[in-house]
Amino acid sequence: MSKNMMSTNKMSKSRTSVSRRGFLRNAVKGSAAAAAAACTTVVAAPPEANALVRPPKPLPPDAVGLLYDSTLCIGCKACVTACKEVNHMPPDVGPAQQGWNAGGGDKPIYDSPVELSAKTLNVIKAYSHGTGATKDAAENGFAFIKRQCLHCADPSCVSVCPVSAMTKDAKTGIVNHDPSACIGCRYCVLSCPFGVPKYDYNDAFGEIKKCQLCKQQLAKNELPGCADVCPTGATLFGRTEDLKAEAKRRTALKVGEYAHFPRGDIAGKVGGQRSGHEKLVEAAYQTHIYGEKELGGTQCLAVSAVPFDKLNLPTNVPENGYPTLSEGIQHTLYAGMIAPATVFAGLAYLAHRNTKNHTDE
Amino acid sequence: MSSHAHEHQPLGGRVLTLPFLICAALVAVAGVILFQRYTQGLGAASNLNDGYPWGIWVAIDVVIGSAFGCAGYVIALLCYILNRGEYHPLVRPAVLASLFGYGLAGLAVLVDLGRYWNFYHMMLPWYAQPNSVMLEVGLCVATYTLVLVVEFAPAFLERFGIEGLRAKLNKVLWVFIALGVLLPTMHQSSLGTMMVIVGHKLSPLWQSQMLPVFFLLTAILMGFAIVVWESVMASLNFRRPMETPVLSKLAGLMLVVASLFVVLRFVDLIVRGQIGQIFGGPQSGWFVVEMVLMISGLALLIPKANRNRSRALFLSASLLLAAGILYRLNVYLIGFTPAVGPWHYFPSVKEIMVTVGVFALEIALYLLFVKKLPVMHAVHPEHG
Ligand code: SF4
Ligand code: SF4
Ligand code: SF4
Repeated sequence: MSKNMMSTNKMSKSRTSVSRRGFLRNAVKGSAAAAAAACTTVVAAPPEANALVRPPKPLPPDAVGLLYDSTLCIGCKACVTACKEVNHMPPDVGPAQQGWNAGGGDKPIYDSPVELSAKTLNVIKAYSHGTGATKDAAENGFAFIKRQCLHCADPSCVSVCPVSAMTKDAKTGIVNHDPSACIGCRYCVLSCPFGVPKYDYNDAFGEIKKCQLCKQQLAKNELPGCADVCPTGATLFGRTEDLKAEAKRRTALKVGEYAHFPRGDIAGKVGGQRSGHEKLVEAAYQTHIYGEKELGGTQCLAVSAVPFDKLNLPTNVPENGYPTLSEGIQHTLYAGMIAPATVFAGLAYLAHRNTKNHTDE
Repeated sequence: MSSHAHEHQPLGGRVLTLPFLICAALVAVAGVILFQRYTQGLGAASNLNDGYPWGIWVAIDVVIGSAFGCAGYVIALLCYILNRGEYHPLVRPAVLASLFGYGLAGLAVLVDLGRYWNFYHMMLPWYAQPNSVMLEVGLCVATYTLVLVVEFAPAFLERFGIEGLRAKLNKVLWVFIALGVLLPTMHQSSLGTMMVIVGHKLSPLWQSQMLPVFFLLTAILMGFAIVVWESVMASLNFRRPMETPVLSKLAGLMLVVASLFVVLRFVDLIVRGQIGQIFGGPQSGWFVVEMVLMISGLALLIPKANRNRSRALFLSASLLLAAGILYRLNVYLIGFTPAVGPWHYFPSVKEIMVTVGVFALEIALYLLFVKKLPVMHAVHPEHG
């Protein structure tokens, strides 16, 4: 845009030598050419050479996160309850549960969330197919998936927030939300590639809610609620690098092998040492580690025996986060405000000269 | 020079006409719904949800409404930057329409913001998050609205005879005119950049690094179209002579911009390898409608004679306007699929009534202003 603005400026400076009609035609042709050139450079250039893409952001070395192993998960939802407790979240009743779980007045009998919401930061969902007989089988089987914020290396929610209410901690990489800064524009909700942040539409003073990796627990050297109570180690806390190595070890395991599965904190520091357990590998792991590469990588990872698209996670996504594209455009056009300042100078010159020619305004 | 004081005249006439009263009633209905929205939350008045956190209040009131407000932008560009004096009669009505378009887009933002009492954080540097495209849009739109107030001020000052201030303002007006061209160029293209980050959630028919270019082109196109539309409507409703000679020139420009848009849209689809999406992709029907509207609108303008016929001009402007509206709606709502889980969105009746109310307020204020202030170009006896 700035390109064709500038070319029209240049042309109008040499206007004296051409007729007005000719000038206008040239200006239009010029902007058409500039726009076409812009189009080709933007779309056709390979990512490395494309000026409109910024490099991806790396993970902080001490980033922490969770590893969720769907094959270990027994669907007990202890993590859902613990998450509510340590984060003081109210019970949530999905629309389909209203009929039998409305209780007296508007007090529900018990918590029955079906999806992440402003009242639920963590939810266990089930996949089932056909007879649903075999655990961790895609055909005629069932499997679980845990949904919560993945704490992206290059988060869309942080990139879009106009008022720095979503921030990424430089050391732990935890993506925090500050309601006192938030204007409630819900751009973070729109932009999150994993559909995580939620807003409370039934509250006149609604807030954005999402998992913040129990930073308040970590500050007390205690485990995040979900990892703390998980009986099987299906939700494991740790440094993302360690978790990634663990995920690699698991996806390489063969059916029929016995393997050790730790619980709590993989390094045994936060929340104290815990005993893990030995378990027979009953279903073949997918080689895909969800979150290793997705959209620039995430600090929370998942492994599973059932393909992730069946578990309703987006799998058709690029390896660089979308902020590399949108911020790329933004930075190219507005770097140091040089282009806008130049265009402004040109416009101001023309406006100054031309307003003199007019009788009014 | 001596004649210029009478160049613009208030139209006069009764203010409380039927259209004005209908608009006022619609505004009142919206007011009642907004009371609910502010006392019970967004959910009480709208079908907004976490899959579709942005509905018609963003897509129509802000994204499309501000494109309606581009009349002032394109006319200032032609008149003062490209020095085309013949468009001068169109300046004031265009600037007025822009002022309301943008002012009310700003108002609509306050309706939609979930934590509106914090809205001023957008203007405080210590909250600023410079990577946010929305911050840039917000600041540009806010500044541009102020610029429009200044650009329109001469009409006020003239009406109330504050000549001294008017003369002073005239000396520095060029700064505001330059800003008034720069700012919409920036934020209208950024409205496109805003959707780049949603990535795979926007259908490949619309998702492209070219979104900023397409949004700028539709802003210019809709700016031209609204000027033509408004001019024809004003001539019919207020029984004024048609401004066809000027409008026919605008029509030529509309033809160029619309053709450029269509060509670039196809080039973009081909370069991205997504041209096959046109045939049977999920939302391909909407793409086809968008293109049919755009191409029939521009085709009408190809015969030169049509550009001098007010009927053809009006029809073409309407088609192009509809095409621009649909393009923006496709990008912000129709082509968008949430990331995880099945979500549905169709605006609630209350939500629609608020949007109707916003536009009704715009029309009511416009009618009031053109009748009471020197906005329209005076019609001299020698040309009718
Ligand atoms: S998963 Fe969504 S909410 Fe969580 S950090 Fe990534 S973009 Fe933000
Ligand atoms: S809703 Fe709040 S946190 Fe989310 S982007 Fe807007 S201001 Fe930031
Ligand atoms: S880390 Fe904390 S907030 Fe996040 S899902 Fe686990 S318990 Fe909930």
